[in-house]
Amino acid sequence: MKRFTELFLQLDRTNKTNEKVELLKSYFLSAPDEDKIWALALFTGRRPPRKIKSSQVQEWALELAGIPYWLFRESYGSVGDLAETVSLILPQPTEVSEEKTLAEWFSGLADLKTASDEEKKDFILKAWRQLSAFEIFVFNKLLMGSFRIGVSQTLVTRAISEITDSTPAIISHRLMGSWDPASTSYKELIHSENAGDEYSKPYPFYLSYAIQGTVDDLGSPEDWFAEWKWDGIRSQIIYRDGEIYIWSRGEELITDKFPELHILKDHLPEGTVLDGELICFGETKPLSFNVLQTRIGRKNLTKKILEEAPAVFIAYDLMEFGGKDIRNEEQKARRKVLETIVNDAGIQAVFKLSPLIDFREWQELKDLHLRAREFAAEGFMLKHKEAPYLSGRKKGDWWKWKTDPLSIDAVLVYAQKGSGRRAELYTDYTFAVWDEDKLVPFAKAYSGLTDKEIGKVDYFIKRNTLEKFGPVRTVKAELVFEIGFEGINASTRHKSGIAVRFPRILRWRTDKTVNEADTLQNLKALLSQFN
Amino acid sequence: MFIRLKPQKFVTKSGHSKLIPVPGVVNSNVLNMNKPLLKFTPSSIYCPAADIHIDPWKPVDRAIITHAHSDHAKFGCKHYLAHKDSESILRLRLGEDISLQTVEYGEEFSINGVKFSLHPAGHIIGSAQIRVEHKDEVWVASGDYKLQDDGFAAPFEPVKCNAFITESTFGLPIYKWPAQADIMNDISEWWRQNRMTGKASILMGYSLGKMQRLIKNLQPFDGAVFAHGATFNLNERLRAVGHDLPFIPLITKDTDRKLFRGALILAPGSVLNTSWIKKFEPYSTGYCSGWMAVRGAKNRKAIDRGFVLSDHADWNDLESAIAETGAQKVYVTHGYTDTYARWLNEKGIEAAEVKTMYGQEEEAAEEEIIAES
Repeated sequence: MKRFTELFLQLDRTNKTNEKVELLKSYFLSAPDEDKIWALALFTGRRPPRKIKSSQVQEWALELAGIPYWLFRESYGSVGDLAETVSLILPQPTEVSEEKTLAEWFSGLADLKTASDEEKKDFILKAWRQLSAFEIFVFNKLLMGSFRIGVSQTLVTRAISEITDSTPAIISHRLMGSWDPASTSYKELIHSENAGDEYSKPYPFYLSYAIQGTVDDLGSPEDWFAEWKWDGIRSQIIYRDGEIYIWSRGEELITDKFPELHILKDHLPEGTVLDGELICFGETKPLSFNVLQTRIGRKNLTKKILEEAPAVFIAYDLMEFGGKDIRNEEQKARRKVLETIVNDAGIQAVFKLSPLIDFREWQELKDLHLRAREFAAEGFMLKHKEAPYLSGRKKGDWWKWKTDPLSIDAVLVYAQKGSGRRAELYTDYTFAVWDEDKLVPFAKAYSGLTDKEIGKVDYFIKRNTLEKFGPVRTVKAELVFEIGFEGINASTRHKSGIAVRFPRILRWRTDKTVNEADTLQNLKALLSQFN
Repeated sequence: MFIRLKPQKFVTKSGHSKLIPVPGVVNSNVLNMNKPLLKFTPSSIYCPAADIHIDPWKPVDRAIITHAHSDHAKFGCKHYLAHKDSESILRLRLGEDISLQTVEYGEEFSINGVKFSLHPAGHIIGSAQIRVEHKDEVWVASGDYKLQDDGFAAPFEPVKCNAFITESTFGLPIYKWPAQADIMNDISEWWRQNRMTGKASILMGYSLGKMQRLIKNLQPFDGAVFAHGATFNLNERLRAVGHDLPFIPLITKDTDRKLFRGALILAPGSVLNTSWIKKFEPYSTGYCSGWMAVRGAKNRKAIDRGFVLSDHADWNDLESAIAETGAQKVYVTHGYTDTYARWLNEKGIEAAEVKTMYGQEEEAAEEEIIAES
């Protein structure tokens, strides 16, 4: 635990990528194997299911620290992290502990599964009395909450690939999928060529950057494919050994959430891996992301939901064919095989091909781009015809070219402190538009300002608070911001009657007074125009 | 002249703590809340009976200043009174020609029959709690304070009173300071590691207070030490009036950059993200502040190391300082005022939140002033 805590501490101290990689390398070269697998699990977001409720952890911590609940909430408001708050309020450790490895702590925690609340409490309190403040923080992180420490999976992949002399692609492939640190060994996962159940493993997605400058800079139009950019869930469908697996880009296995696609089993050739978009589809065109959202997160997909929000997979790439990794083939070659697969499958209702857009000049594409929303698309994807399928976010071969966001000028009305890096600053804002002489909130947004602007807005908020409701401050209506969003829908859940998608601050309109902000009428006009 | 000191004034020998016996017994329940001895006005903490302001944030005729930080010592008053160790800094910041009278710790003076004396607050050099006594009633305005002995400022001295005005900058139970020696060891170790790898160690913190504390406690130095202009100016100013601080050379554009390898660079936090800092490449950055107790605060600054070192009282010390005063009524100024006042009330200590301008943008204002001077 000390070694892992030290790694955590050191990673936390640097924001330089190379130093982080070096720290990871030295940890993975020196830590015991049984700890490494747990460290990997934590770095790749595979924390084991929690055995203890956060509310219990909180309750015991309050008891030990001798402070009331409201004071704990205030403290949490300033820290922005539950595990850290608990570690800070606890008294100094009083017992000397014998060092336990990370694996031993996890096995201790796993044993709590069947323990009574009293036993759980004893275990946790004993740990708190024995560990140092920072170890308590890491321990609490293992107990509850997410484990984000500024180390991306890419960095971990890089570190492991450097110490094992493998390519990052191989390592990231091995790290994917649903392995369990309790039953997997580090050796098996990282070193073995073909260990265990390989069938479910997805390939790393190729992610694109937004296009910089104009499309004219991309060179000759005939070197490029253009497709609509769909607004759904980027996913990978794997058909191997007679089974189908659907992965989301967040590396979540979502096979069960899309039963209508299970039919693909009977229509795909063995050893096929497809890249594409899951969207809901009406009679002739895609439905908005809102419709898809109604079924995400549901445990029970009722017949009604399946009827109202029918899912379709729009395929746009092929990574594996006949059990062979074809990611190094050219885009146009992969596309050709993909077209055959989709056509041969013959189940257009749920399995469609993402159409290529016919264009000769960039100008044609520019004209069409303006109408992307009419086609229920977010813009275009441009793919070089000779590009291989890369992994991770890479520049050059794929570009996304999104439509300009819809935007509206709105007034800052509520503010709340951020979390993590921004825990002491008011960075989470609610914006409102005018409905006659009243301001109606319609969106929350928290990104898009520079640190300097955040500082200024924070300064304003602290001096112009009208009321406080818990962590939320009502702010004097004075600051106007241009709010951008990707989509707009009618909503019965919001007071304004409108829900916007991906709202964000485009800029601070210091040139506008409150009275010049937009109205609910303006928003409703956008709604009828685009929905 | 600010006030006429009583002819039989009690002059202390060294000006440091424990010279005047602190009035140990205070009559309880003498607080006259109809005519409070100290009032909170839109421009200061005001004593109507003596017609004197404490730490006014707007210009007034007569001001008693608890300490020389810019959120407590504002420009534009006709007459100032402060502890003698605040003088050099106050003149540097507010003007060499201000009308300023100084006193020792524990030295009593009267104005309109109201008795005043200044007592060590332990916050920075010259920082004082202001004791105000009138008709059996004692109030103490403590300004900013800390209980840790930092080795440079005169250590905090508890003063019994009926009403106590406290800060609450770190008035949350998440703020508990490690021992100063441990932090100094951490800093030395960080510097050592940077020296081994040929990096400069850029150590940042408030120029007034934190830097002198670091200089005092990191001695004897294990390598070369240089100072940013802001740090340098204050260090020289304090040396000039006889404080025991070593000479730290100023960094100029002519300083040989080779000398920075492995050196300790003392600078205000405002140098972060400026081009000034680039001349030290390769370097590691460290920041000294109580806020560093929380990871988010450290990460937001994008610095390599945060050292938990504060010139304010932490949660436990606020509590013991307040308990020691024996006050029946506590006023909570800058910081987590509402939270801390509520906590005191729940513990049975009558407390009220007071809005002041102290602590507002303390850091930014502080560094700006230093940069100008």
